[in-house]
Amino acid sequence: MLADKDRIFTNIYGFQPWNLKSAQMRGDWDKTKDLMKRGQDAIIEEIKASGLRGRGGAGFPTGLKWSFMPKEPRADRPSFLVINADESEPGSCKDREIIRHDPHKLIEGALIAGYAMRARAAYIYIRGEFIREAETLFAAVQEAYDAGLLGKNAAKSGYDFDVFVHRGAGAYICGEETAMIESLEGKKGQPRLKPPFPAGAGLYGCPTTVNNVESIAVVPTILRRGAGWFSSFGRENNKGTKLFQISGHVNKPCVVEEEMSITFRELIDRHCGGIRGGWDNLLAVIPGGSSVPLVPAAEIMDCPMDFDGLKAVGSGLGTAAAIVMDKSTDVVQAISRISYFYKHESCGQCTPCREGTGWMWRVMERLRTGDADISEIDTLYDVTKQVEGHTICALGDAAAWPIQGLIKHFRPELERRIRDNGALEAAE
Amino acid sequence: MADAPQIPDEAEVRARWGAFAWTAENAEQAKTVIARYPAGRQRSAVMPLLDLAQRQVGAETNTQGWLPVPVIEYVAAQLDMPFIRAYEVATFYTMYNMAPVGRYHVQVCGTTPCLLRGSDDVMAACKNRGMAKGKTTPDGLFTLTEVECMGTCTNAPMVQINDDNYEDLDFDRMAAILDALAAGETPKAGTQIPGRHTSEPEGGPTTLVEMVSANHDYRKEW
Repeated sequence: MLADKDRIFTNIYGFQPWNLKSAQMRGDWDKTKDLMKRGQDAIIEEIKASGLRGRGGAGFPTGLKWSFMPKEPRADRPSFLVINADESEPGSCKDREIIRHDPHKLIEGALIAGYAMRARAAYIYIRGEFIREAETLFAAVQEAYDAGLLGKNAAKSGYDFDVFVHRGAGAYICGEETAMIESLEGKKGQPRLKPPFPAGAGLYGCPTTVNNVESIAVVPTILRRGAGWFSSFGRENNKGTKLFQISGHVNKPCVVEEEMSITFRELIDRHCGGIRGGWDNLLAVIPGGSSVPLVPAAEIMDCPMDFDGLKAVGSGLGTAAAIVMDKSTDVVQAISRISYFYKHESCGQCTPCREGTGWMWRVMERLRTGDADISEIDTLYDVTKQVEGHTICALGDAAAWPIQGLIKHFRPELERRIRDNGALEAAE
Repeated sequence: MADAPQIPDEAEVRARWGAFAWTAENAEQAKTVIARYPAGRQRSAVMPLLDLAQRQVGAETNTQGWLPVPVIEYVAAQLDMPFIRAYEVATFYTMYNMAPVGRYHVQVCGTTPCLLRGSDDVMAACKNRGMAKGKTTPDGLFTLTEVECMGTCTNAPMVQINDDNYEDLDFDRMAAILDALAAGETPKAGTQIPGRHTSEPEGGPTTLVEMVSANHDYRKEW
């Protein structure tokens, strides 16, 4: 188990105050200037060496992403850092804990990351429903300004840097990076075609990097303790510590920081008091937030919780939000409800997604009650394949994958419902 | 769409809200918001200003507010953007109410993590008090909406009422919260499990135990 001294988010549960003074006592904003003095390229190299991969779901190497930004921004075309705090993926609830309990880790990380990528300012885009969390974040940013840690000559580093907070207003799609940029510009959050990639033309047409809250908030600690420390956790290609969020049918759902590659069994037994009703009662797990396919009990139990481990069982780490389902679950309803979520959240821009999410949900609802024909299972699978990969952003894929996972692992259950329903109708 | 909001009569709305203008305090706040964005990029402020406007409408009507068309026009004019661009934003994002709501906007999360932990019971507690999805109770007190994942999944099921979350609910806890609100009280926000603090495992954290009682500095052990 990860030792407490190796946890980055020591106030994750908010037992202690979030304010600047308390955060400084925990080690935040400690000689930030010296960290910055190492130089922009050295910081990027250190983050590359640490093996940090983006914590928002896609897992793109963070240091590499920063290195795409222009080395010498033009005065009329400044660079921006956008921090994605639009945490809306069902199952995910880690960024909220960082923001309301340890906001200074994020703000210090914003300064250092912004400096390393030569950005002029950072916008933190926080989802609208995080009302109290946004209040904390606004107050924490103000504290940092008042203490001279942001603004002109931020933290006495000689570098000018601003951090602004922007509240969303309820749209899952704004967690997609180009939709977030559109939303920041005061438009509907509809994703842009790529290329151009944000590092070339992003916010206001300027070079922009979008990073997840957790990816940015871990940066100061990685620099203080060294890339070697961070990469001593987890398997090759899956380095570091990670905030896991376990919801659903465990005895004690929680958010907890653990090392990457911890097995699912250890994670649950150590922190969540086991599966409700015991391990024999486990049905399936959605290991990375609603967008990834579910994994049946037998395959997930001893699976390492990391990018490669979960990919090997046909799923993904996503945001490390495990939704646990025991044998009392109506698994078709659980996935159908996710289909409804994507129908609700489709931005309506691309036809396969706009029409497909509604279509898939309606068929899922009929499969739930068995009011369908066996052949429709294949038709549904076929439609998910027509949506997947045929849309501007990944929401179409995210809507397709949970259904594909269900059909792959629970086809007999779907067929059983159809047969039972047919028998019922015949009897009437 | 059957569950689309019933938008009130246009002439009445214009008569009531045609003269909408910021209060002195909100006019200041609007300036602060616009200053967060680069010069010439003031349209970026449309979301925060629509939120501010909705809150002002709420304050004037003792509800959670909504966005009448003349109010959206006012915001669009301030930001020098066409009305339709602001209207697009107002209708795209779910937190802007396009029709009046009650004094308490009860937003029950029904997405899978909450569903697995019993959000149906939370919904039942609301219906038991005479609420119906998408409707406001006749006394104007409660509007019920089923919303999508609110990012509180380890404390499921949950509801957001106005600006606060109430977490770790069941039928009885939800009923108690609604009773308290109806009686004009302010129930404790956050988790409703006695003894649970936030998102730590129920019964006490399995990690970082020193942090419970003191602001522990772990750097000494690095």
